[in-house]
Amino acid sequence: MSRKVTRRKFMAGTAAGAALATLKFPTPAIAQAAPFKIGLLTIKTGPLAQGGIQMEQGIGLFLKHKNNTLSGRKIEFISADTGGNPAGAKTKTQELVERDKVNVILGPLAAFELLAITDYVRDNKTPLISLAAAEDVTQRKANPFIIRPSATSAQCCHVMGDYAAKELKYKRAMTISEDFAFGYEQMSGFQRVFEDNGGKVVKKLWPPLVTPDYTPYIAQIQNVDCVFNGFAGSNPVKFMRAYADLGVKAKIPLLAGWTAMDDALLRSLGDEAAGTISVAWYSADGKTESNQRFVADMQKDYGVLPGGYTAGMYIAGQCVEAGIQLAGSKADDRTAFAEALHKVSLTDTPRGPVKFDHFGNVIGDVFVRKCEMKAGKPVNTVIKTYPGVSQFWTYDEKAFLANPVYARDYPPAKNLEH
Amino acid sequence: MNLWLTLAVNSISLGGLLFLLSAGFSLIFGLMRIPNLLHGSFFMLGAYLGVSALNWHINFWVAALLSALAMTLIGGLIERFLLRRLAGQELAQVLLTLGLSFIVADVCLMIWTGDPWQPATPEHLRGAVQVGTLFFPIYRLVILAVAIVIAIGLWLMIDWTRLGAMIRAGVDDAPIARVVGIKVSQLFTLIFSLGAALAAFAGVMGAPYLSVYPGLDFEMLPLALIVVILGGTGSLLGALVGSFLIGFLYNFGQAMFPDLAYVILFLPMLLVLVLRPQGLFGRAMP
Repeated sequence: MSRKVTRRKFMAGTAAGAALATLKFPTPAIAQAAPFKIGLLTIKTGPLAQGGIQMEQGIGLFLKHKNNTLSGRKIEFISADTGGNPAGAKTKTQELVERDKVNVILGPLAAFELLAITDYVRDNKTPLISLAAAEDVTQRKANPFIIRPSATSAQCCHVMGDYAAKELKYKRAMTISEDFAFGYEQMSGFQRVFEDNGGKVVKKLWPPLVTPDYTPYIAQIQNVDCVFNGFAGSNPVKFMRAYADLGVKAKIPLLAGWTAMDDALLRSLGDEAAGTISVAWYSADGKTESNQRFVADMQKDYGVLPGGYTAGMYIAGQCVEAGIQLAGSKADDRTAFAEALHKVSLTDTPRGPVKFDHFGNVIGDVFVRKCEMKAGKPVNTVIKTYPGVSQFWTYDEKAFLANPVYARDYPPAKNLEH
Repeated sequence: MNLWLTLAVNSISLGGLLFLLSAGFSLIFGLMRIPNLLHGSFFMLGAYLGVSALNWHINFWVAALLSALAMTLIGGLIERFLLRRLAGQELAQVLLTLGLSFIVADVCLMIWTGDPWQPATPEHLRGAVQVGTLFFPIYRLVILAVAIVIAIGLWLMIDWTRLGAMIRAGVDDAPIARVVGIKVSQLFTLIFSLGAALAAFAGVMGAPYLSVYPGLDFEMLPLALIVVILGGTGSLLGALVGSFLIGFLYNFGQAMFPDLAYVILFLPMLLVLVLRPQGLFGRAMP
């Protein structure tokens, strides 16, 4: 008997297989033999490529640690470059879902990309693990197929508001961030908690996303106890240098959100970063066992200190592993797998314990860090840990969700001065 | 009061940097009749080359000159072997520069990764001038000084040398210049290389305070474009005045009307295009 499989036979075989699958025949043995497919939506070209490359390194290292096998399932990994725009994200998602038939998608990076595909993954029942921060994806427009192991935009900023008011005893603050949704959501979260604890936000500045020189904004900073910045991408590097060069740093302390002081950004920074206090959901100096292995191997394989994008994808990989285990024989059923992902609870991840609320958003530790110079290089050191922070902070979930989503003017800033 | 003074000084120093960027752009536009959409890429690539040189502990000024030299070569090659093949087809040339700019961006991303690079301000140029309670970084004043030196050098070359006379002839009327025996195509190569070199030099000068990162090319290109449209193509004086005008509009516009930052930058350009299409100091195209 010939063992040769002709193309025609092969096609017929796959068609039959597909037919079987759609008829939901009980075929666990075959399903187990097939690899579990993970699709990554990343950005490898253009201005956002920095974060995209870091994401790919994170999941790459995790799969290497696990020898490409998660909970006994062989992994097939497919990476897709969205180009950093919503249309590209949509096209690549369709390819991953319809052509590659992936079991789960990791990514995308940017909030506007996530917003472009959230309805699509819901309609096509494809589980997705995202790092993008858009609040409503796990709040007013929660999607049962999405979990987020990183943080909402405001999740860390609530903590900063609390720390600035209670521990640093600041009374008057100014905020500065890019003029887009991620900036609004961060600054509003800070403002709300800071003002609820007796502080006042007296000025809010919104430079455009593309701002070659921040001097015109920094020149307006005066008569406040602190400045909270929420810059992202390469903007914090420019901003902090100008802040120091113009002599403001010597007078007014700088506070930062997680993207503005991410550990991966430290290699682009020098003296100007020293003294900055930041909040982050991941810190490279975290003491968990998995983090120490993760940081050591990132140094070994790529020669870099990893930041949130890399750690986030490593954790996303851990969630997939735990999800496969929880779903057991149903892991190939997309809906069952999405449900399993929501139930994932991990104790040892690079960021510490991770579990999810019923909207799929992480409940995890948030770190307050201070940047110090060590051997001529800036290093973030954790000075306080807020354990088990929820996206709703200490507010009541129902009351929180009854309000509109954080925006440029919501909650209204009552204490602005001119 | 302090705010206005800081903004005024910063406007002037940003104007200096913009002049370094747009002088070459203006000459290329004037002579070759094409907006060189690679100009932002020259700025970025030059800055990256400078940063790499600085990482080998080369002196800052030497690094800036080396980068300018490298870009002279690259600019010359692009003009001689790519743009020249499309001589006379201006739309095709513009598209070629656009296409190349994407290629340069991806090559830079491969070589220098997506991380932002910000070289330290050179040791001897650190510190700030303090006037009352006001701080002003010395480095930005140095940029201004360099821009002035280069502006004078370019002016001497264009207005007082034989080469300058040929360039002016080429800008005014290339066909007639050819008829009287000026090798305009050689001028093209020369000016294109010079423009690339100036942009690269500006990139290195700007790196310590703008930093270098993917996307810098397309942040700088529109600035060069508005400077030149405002000032008039092919006119050094136009590029100079346009640069400082944009420097002031940028700083004061962003501080006073942050929501209208772009309107304030681009509205004057629209007005000039409608009311005086040749720009403030440009001559009407024949």
